[in-house]
Amino acid sequence: MNNSFLRVSIWVYLVIFFLYLLGPLVIMSVTAFNSSAFPRMTPWECLTFQWFGELFQDQRILNGIKNSLIIGAGTVVLSVAMGLAGALMLTQIWPKLRATYYTIIIAPILIPGVVLGISTLVFWDRINRMLGLGADSVLSNGIFLTVIGQSTFIASYCMLVLVARLQRYDVALTEAALDLGATHAQAFRKILLPFMRPAIASAAVLAFLASFENYNTTTFTFGEYPTLTIELAQKVRYGITPAISALAFIIVALTVFFALLNEAKLKRQELVAAARKKATVEELAGKIKLPSFFAGNMAAVLLVVFAVATITVVGTATAYNPGQCIANVKEQKRLEAEQRIQELRKQREEQRKKREAEEAQQGGAQQSAPKPSNNSGFGNVFAPNTLGGDTEEESSEPETPPSNNGGFGGAFDPNSLQTDQ
Amino acid sequence: MSAGVGVDLENLWIRFGDFVAVRDANVNINGGDFFSFLGPSGCGKTTILRAVSGFLDPSEGRVLIGGNDMRGIGPNKRPTALIFQNLALFPLMKVWENITFSMEIKGASASQRRKRADELLDMIALPGQGDKLPSELSGGQRQRVAIARALCAEPDVLLLDEPLSALDLKLRQHMRTELREIQQRVGITFIYITHDQGEALTMSDNIAVMRAGVIDQIADGKTIYNDPNTAFAASFVGENNVFRGKIKQVMGNEAMIATNRSGDLVARISTANQGKLQEGDDAMLFIRPEAFSIAADGATGDHFVTARVTHEEFEGNVYNIFTEGEGGKEIKVSLPNLGQSFEDHTGQNITLEYETRNAVLVPAGELAAE
Repeated sequence: MNNSFLRVSIWVYLVIFFLYLLGPLVIMSVTAFNSSAFPRMTPWECLTFQWFGELFQDQRILNGIKNSLIIGAGTVVLSVAMGLAGALMLTQIWPKLRATYYTIIIAPILIPGVVLGISTLVFWDRINRMLGLGADSVLSNGIFLTVIGQSTFIASYCMLVLVARLQRYDVALTEAALDLGATHAQAFRKILLPFMRPAIASAAVLAFLASFENYNTTTFTFGEYPTLTIELAQKVRYGITPAISALAFIIVALTVFFALLNEAKLKRQELVAAARKKATVEELAGKIKLPSFFAGNMAAVLLVVFAVATITVVGTATAYNPGQCIANVKEQKRLEAEQRIQELRKQREEQRKKREAEEAQQGGAQQSAPKPSNNSGFGNVFAPNTLGGDTEEESSEPETPPSNNGGFGGAFDPNSLQTDQ
Repeated sequence: MSAGVGVDLENLWIRFGDFVAVRDANVNINGGDFFSFLGPSGCGKTTILRAVSGFLDPSEGRVLIGGNDMRGIGPNKRPTALIFQNLALFPLMKVWENITFSMEIKGASASQRRKRADELLDMIALPGQGDKLPSELSGGQRQRVAIARALCAEPDVLLLDEPLSALDLKLRQHMRTELREIQQRVGITFIYITHDQGEALTMSDNIAVMRAGVIDQIADGKTIYNDPNTAFAASFVGENNVFRGKIKQVMGNEAMIATNRSGDLVARISTANQGKLQEGDDAMLFIRPEAFSIAADGATGDHFVTARVTHEEFEGNVYNIFTEGEGGKEIKVSLPNLGQSFEDHTGQNITLEYETRNAVLVPAGELAAE
């Protein structure tokens, strides 16, 4: 009993954990397909792909993506190169200095990105001035500064990844290459570099992602080349649209896609290796079995499912026209709003009648009372009607068109946002 | 057969900080020889090999290959090829790429390399295995690939750093003969590092016995075994029984020592020490287990040892008798098993006899750790 309780609580924990992790992403992704002008999941209005279209027409976002890609590529090259050099240095350096060297080279990770950004800016500005260059020189170029600034700490991440692999490297391999006549450069290129390739790939991916999502450092250095994160942050200040959800969805989908692709590839290598080991027996038996890409490869199956889903969605998106639905929703909203206004008016009418009746009564009782005015009486302030009473004059203005948003009261009407656009 | 290229070490010193790894080594290795450095781990033999291959420079002295001073010449420019202890096959390259790596460096075409790899694979009896990865081969196969890779570079001198130590016993014995055959076929100088005296004795033309950075003796296997220079060489190479004592009398090439337990014993003074040992010197007398025979009870004299048998063991080809010996060490006696039955001596006193020319006397010195 105790055991089953434990099992249940583990499942509950897992569900909560994954909800916490993935919930926001799921909600954000869903909002990208809702036609509501504000990114939200409920109430669900219409399935739409318009936000994707809007995203790809937004020049600032596209420009931000372009800058992010350029800066990401630059950071990958610089960080991986510096990280590899740092990792190699760590294995070569005099053992007594190693701990100190390690601390120094890891330090940028611990320094706040804001500080790195400011110092990059200040430092290169100084250099720029010392060299007597103008404000439009390469050294004050936003891309250059951002790449340099981000690399100061991303290189440290890369180094950590590379050191882990390098520690498993047998120096005898380099020595063997030298012994067989290779120069140091050849030994590096033909032996060490191929050995490091998987780690270099990981470091490159890591560097690219770190660069792509960086804001703290970039916000000081981007100059005339705002990256995607900068653009997003600036956009959010003026309110967000589901176009941003659409972007988020694309990023999530790409991430899932590459993760599955990688997983499928790894699994496949494993299977091939296993098959090769068994191959000797099978070769003797005269039948060479090619390892099927899918056999026992869950990730590959998921990948295909994912690809099919993508094709379906894109296909639907091109064929699907939500215009009718949106029109319906608009119509429905208009009706709803009208109805509500009708109700409101009716309510007020009743109230007015009631009040008039009261005034008539009071007027009979107190002749010497001051000019009757609904808010002159002290006792009326706390009456439930007084709060609504402010709008009374407005609504009593004859026959305002219901869908009109010129009035102040319509500011929070859901229709007003749409009509703005 | 070509004479091959010789290697000479002249007054070679190698220091790491305060630590002296190699102390004044002087070795002449003839071209085409199979030469072994034999010593316990940490004695500096690998250091010598690294100095020859060029991975470290001597602190003092010179390394000459074919009469040329190698100082300042990197490992990639020396006519040597090294077979590493762990083989150091390139794990990401296929077997044929591994073997012909030296040709790739020189810019040979893939088809040339394939052809040469096939030749070498035939030579090491691994035909058709060129497309495997090293990790898919067995230990012995990897071993042979490493040899082929080194030979492909066509070195004048092949250096081997305990290449057989990772193999199991059977394979090791098989590879011994194979290595020796390969060496005789290609006719180049082999320098072999080992702590296994069996390997050194069976394969080598000449052996250098090393102890803590010092070379004790350089000679062929028979001489090392039968006529050791030092107590270390006598105790490290093969099994030996030691008797300590002061020299009582020197009689030409023989001398008598006074031992605590076994009385006065006579033995031949080892060749290198003849004329050097004086009366009153501390000396050590070594008798091989197989040099003993059982004498009649009560026999006494300067080539008889009487001792109580502690235990016996049957090893198949020999019958081992262990008796109490000098200084807590036991005396081991190995009698050949010719099919006769042995009587059990355990607990009895037996008298052992040896011929004085089969016992060897050297100055007292450090013994090899057991």
